[in-house]
Amino acid sequence: MSSLTIALPSIGEKQPARLLRWNDGLTRFALSWPFPLAVLLIWYVAAEYEWLPPQILPPPSMVASTFIDLVRTGELPENLWISMWRVLAGFAAGGLGGLALGVLMGLSPTAKDYLYPTFRLIAQVPSIGWLPLLMMLVGIGEALKIILISKAAFVPIALNTYKGLQGVSTRFIEVARVYRFTRWQLLSKVVFPAALPQVWNGIRYGLTHAWLALVAVELLASSEGLGFMIVYGRQLYQLDVVLAAVVVVGAIGFALDKILALIEQRLLRWRTDGF
Amino acid sequence: MKSIRETDLRGFVLPVAFLVLWYVVTALQLVNTKLIVPPGAVLDSAWKVVTSGQLLGGLQASLTRDIAGFAAGSAAGILLGLLLGISRWAERLIGPTFHTLKQISLFAWLPLLSTWLGTGEAAKILFVALSAFYPVALSTFEGVRGVTRAQVEVARVLGFNRWQLVSRLILPAASPQIATGLHLALLYAWLATIGAEYLLGSSAQGIGNVVIRGKATFHVELIIVGMLLIGLVGMVLNRLASLVESRVLHWRGPVH
Repeated sequence: MSSLTIALPSIGEKQPARLLRWNDGLTRFALSWPFPLAVLLIWYVAAEYEWLPPQILPPPSMVASTFIDLVRTGELPENLWISMWRVLAGFAAGGLGGLALGVLMGLSPTAKDYLYPTFRLIAQVPSIGWLPLLMMLVGIGEALKIILISKAAFVPIALNTYKGLQGVSTRFIEVARVYRFTRWQLLSKVVFPAALPQVWNGIRYGLTHAWLALVAVELLASSEGLGFMIVYGRQLYQLDVVLAAVVVVGAIGFALDKILALIEQRLLRWRTDGF
Repeated sequence: MKSIRETDLRGFVLPVAFLVLWYVVTALQLVNTKLIVPPGAVLDSAWKVVTSGQLLGGLQASLTRDIAGFAAGSAAGILLGLLLGISRWAERLIGPTFHTLKQISLFAWLPLLSTWLGTGEAAKILFVALSAFYPVALSTFEGVRGVTRAQVEVARVLGFNRWQLVSRLILPAASPQIATGLHLALLYAWLATIGAEYLLGSSAQGIGNVVIRGKATFHVELIIVGMLLIGLVGMVLNRLASLVESRVLHWRGPVH
């Protein structure tokens, strides 16, 4: 890191008392509302006075009631469930494959020499670029979705795992040698923990990419799922359905990210002791 | 050096094995050759579509879109990132909304954009811009946040005005992060360009359209050539970005 961008631990910032800090959080929370509320108001006014036809801009109340309807009829939960299943299956398959390949390339230079160039080749074409070819090869069934999502998760996880393992400082390994660690101890006590932050980074990217790929593949080739709801709503000019589905897509993305952040806090807790 | 040469060759083992397998399998008619076309046919039609200009025309159209969207999106991203980074109030007012909206998976915007703007050039470029916007805004914000109080105080002592503060201190100090964001945005913009072409507009020019048309007309060769081209462009963009990055940030010296 350059000397210019090292963030000093908040010198000069006044250290608020506990109560004050709580107050600060409250202010923060309160201040986060005016902007979205203003947007909502403009949206409401624009829809109310029909600046745009309701097919193109449905009023917020309509989106809300559509949302409730979709939940009540089970349409939304059903499609959501299908999408979630796809993303988790694809993420699990691609993630495990990515971890395996990353570890293999990270630990064995020979394996890396053989596999890395091909891996780069596959990674170079963005996931959505694979879609037409995969459609030809495996059809537009469930396999297509799982494969594409796996690929999207696979690449960042494999890459970060490999780089993370490679970046483990030789000094750590030397210390481990001095302590006469066995090979297994070296891996489990030194190499893997040291690589964990970057591996975890890869996992987070992998999940984001998987979610991105899911929406793309469902938009292009699907007859159920959140992405399909969006396409379907758009074809029927039911923008209320589209917007409701988009909100859910955002909420799930948010939730997935939060869950991983929470796990990270637990998993990498030891790291905060460093500074 | 012998060892480097050896390593280079080992990287070819897998692709070559794959090519041989592909050739053998199609030559012996072990698979449906309509679906899995022989490598020779791919090469043949690659040559044909490249020389006919179909692919290159598409490539040009796609790159124009890509660059227009990238430029617009990253300019907006730097501005918003700067605003959020400098102003506490802006960060408190807009920040939460921004961080919430960024969770919406990129492609989910596409149907909305196409309803509002149609499936023409405007919708595509806006989508590409949106995809470039988020990484740039986020990394600019982080870069600006990394400027230390001490640095700002020095600038105050030197009597910098607001503009000087931004142009001489904040932007240069945040430039490594901004560069990272731009780099990421370049890759996302290319992905979005292809995605927009897949999902919107079937008659327009574009490399994505060529691929989709290849799929619709069952020309697997066309799809493969298109894919390779998409990958190649992504790779070139990536290399270029790395090159520019290391040049522009030269003053920082080696990173690690």
